[in-house]
Amino acid sequence: MSIWEYANPVKFMQTSGWLLPWVFGATVLTLVPGLVWGFFFTPLAEEFGATVKVIYVHVPAATLAINIWVMMLVTSLIWLIRRHHVSALAAKAAAPIGMVMTLIALITGALWGQPMWGTWWEWDPRLTSFLILFLFYLGYMALWEAIENPDTAADLTGVLCLVGSVFAVLSRYAAIFWNQGLHQGSTLSLDSEEHISDVYWQPLVLSIVGFGLLFVTLLLLRTRTEIRSRRLKALEQRERMA
Amino acid sequence: MIPDLGKYTVTILGSWGATLALLAALIVLTLIRGAQVKRALEAQEKRMKKNG
Repeated sequence: MSIWEYANPVKFMQTSGWLLPWVFGATVLTLVPGLVWGFFFTPLAEEFGATVKVIYVHVPAATLAINIWVMMLVTSLIWLIRRHHVSALAAKAAAPIGMVMTLIALITGALWGQPMWGTWWEWDPRLTSFLILFLFYLGYMALWEAIENPDTAADLTGVLCLVGSVFAVLSRYAAIFWNQGLHQGSTLSLDSEEHISDVYWQPLVLSIVGFGLLFVTLLLLRTRTEIRSRRLKALEQRERMA
Repeated sequence: MIPDLGKYTVTILGSWGATLALLAALIVLTLIRGAQVKRALEAQEKRMKKNG
């Protein structure tokens, strides 16, 4: 059996239909406890006080914002190289989720930044690259809507995705590349010496897994909708031609 | 029930409120569009079947 079998829309619909309840169940079982643990059962932090509770929504959203673009890059490359329609539709389906995650990261970052840094916004390397990533998400979604031919739209958005990947990488590593700005470095290192204290880290990891599974659930739902929408347009066209 | 957030109440509840509201909107819009497209496709397939 090859992974490319799942590029067949019928096979994808069958497999995703079977998978969805399980992924949804896993989402509820990780996201709800992760967020409840983070909000209600974590102590005040020495440096951040009670604002440490923002980490449980800010960091998972920011992590996903970057990784969703990476996923879109991979699926766009699959489209550009192998011309599998499901991969192009998966990239299209992922974009609004990534856009919302980037927006959440920007809003919660601004709200958190005000009491910690004394400002809502600073043209700091990480913040600026995140804002540009948000604009790339909007541009990517607009480009899909602006082009009528779906294959041409998939080609052009695929190229846009390649260009935007520079900013996805910058968003992740900006704090290291420039070694300046307000935003701190790693929160999530697997090295226990580097990452935040376990009492905050454990619920954070659970929240990130929950956000990740929520993304998979929404991605499956939205990709199924895109496949149905593509079939609907094809049938309507066939009817008009008859 | 809500832990004492002190002077950061607005920051924390604002962040969580915005996050949950945006996620809820994303989920609801995903489900609504999914149901609309599914219904429209079923109706189209039915119509084409009927018309041969």
